[in-house]
Amino acid sequence: MTDNSSTLGESLRRQGVTRRGFLKFCTATASMLALPAGMAPAVAAALEKARRPSVIWLSFQECTGCTESLTRSHAPTVENLLFDYISLDYHHTLQAASGAAAEAAREKAMHDNAGKYLLVVDGSIPLGHPGYSTIAGISNLQMLQETAAGAAAVIAVGTCAAFGGLPKAAPNPTGAVSVSDIITDKPIINVSGCPPIPSVITGVLAHYLTFDTLPELDQYGRPMAFFGTSIHDRCYRRPFYDKGLFAETFDDEGARKGWCLYKLGCKGPMAYNACATMKWNQGTSWPVESGHGCLGCSEPSFWDAGGFYKALSIPTGDISRTVGIAGAAGLAIGAAAVGLNRAAKSRAKQQHGTVTVDDLEKTS
Amino acid sequence: MNVLDDINIPVDPSGALSGETGNALILLQEIAHAMRHLLETGESRTLDLLAIPFGPTDEDRLLSELGQGEVSATLNALGESRVWESRYSGVWVVEHRNLDGQRVAFQIEITRMPEILCAHSADIESGLKRLNETLITGRQGFTSENPQEEP
Repeated sequence: MTDNSSTLGESLRRQGVTRRGFLKFCTATASMLALPAGMAPAVAAALEKARRPSVIWLSFQECTGCTESLTRSHAPTVENLLFDYISLDYHHTLQAASGAAAEAAREKAMHDNAGKYLLVVDGSIPLGHPGYSTIAGISNLQMLQETAAGAAAVIAVGTCAAFGGLPKAAPNPTGAVSVSDIITDKPIINVSGCPPIPSVITGVLAHYLTFDTLPELDQYGRPMAFFGTSIHDRCYRRPFYDKGLFAETFDDEGARKGWCLYKLGCKGPMAYNACATMKWNQGTSWPVESGHGCLGCSEPSFWDAGGFYKALSIPTGDISRTVGIAGAAGLAIGAAAVGLNRAAKSRAKQQHGTVTVDDLEKTS
Repeated sequence: MNVLDDINIPVDPSGALSGETGNALILLQEIAHAMRHLLETGESRTLDLLAIPFGPTDEDRLLSELGQGEVSATLNALGESRVWESRYSGVWVVEHRNLDGQRVAFQIEITRMPEILCAHSADIESGLKRLNETLITGRQGFTSENPQEEP
């Protein structure tokens, strides 16, 4: 689609960008990658020599929310991304070509960049019947397998591609599976979220461009830079949790004073994502700041894990014990309650999770 | 509409819906530590404010505490950037915006001079080249307009 031979530094200089502008660009990139603030010069040195990789983006069983999110990226803007960071050679929604011409562009990019291109996938893959979702008459499964074969790495964007997402929700009528259920011989980066934060999508691409390596990943294959800390631990309302100050309803005094939303079903303690710091809508706000608990949309099976307004069954009386129990349980919705006594859990459910450590010990 | 107007929406005059968490105070302590470090070692520190979980009013509180010092500058490089020294010398606020005016970086730099303000060698070389071209062009223009003064 575009010339990939020049480095990013050369490309920016051709556009008349000064060294001062480049340093600013790198400062923003380092911030986006959640690198230490003093890393901007190192990022500048790396980006100076970086070459734009070819990217093929495939969309399967999805709602286009992930692409909508991508187009709202502001750091970098989607224009920066397309013209400076990557050569986006195939994307149903964003490309001008369609039909046979679009498929020819995909095949050309696969051929010209064999073994070097990045494959981005959003949406889950139906295994129930190949006809459930096709593109140009090619089943999602076949297109994924043939495109992944020559890719350097696969980036599964959104919870559908990463974990199956809403199409996989019970009773999973299409037999939806994630990318990693099918592709097992390529590095896979899961950028989960429904949708993922725009700058997290572009941040992963920028990381690959900057360091020419894949980022460090967590147990679910997600980049630690963005998914390494729980929403709860980075939440500005955390001090209220530590003081035992909770909103009990969405319109009580606690809600008006911005207290912790844990009792209203916030899944922040088990959800790992960067919403608390990167925020949404160009950094304007995020769900908890808007007064609604986190849904945990970046976690596997969040859609089948009980009600969004049911509090997690984790005791709140002793913070150190709470963290210990949650940590031991792997901080997943289902797993968070594994170590808890069944009767105590039931009472917690009835009382919106206000069970204490003492209650658990008495009944276990 | 009348029915809606009848719904009583209390407004808390105390500003209780502040969500202020005390993060600003903690950050000021870190800035003080970085200032001591700068004085003792000459090493600069940078705090990335976009990586800190601020509540709705924490940022305003921090900027209010830092205030405005003697120096401020506006840059136009890939969008506007504002740099200003706080009322504490050596503590700078650096805000970068992209070409659409959206904030892409927001930092506190504890340093004698933020690097973004310094002229860089590559730009000086480029500027020198352009100036030399201007001088050559100017000399040629001067020559054609005043041929009798050329040796």
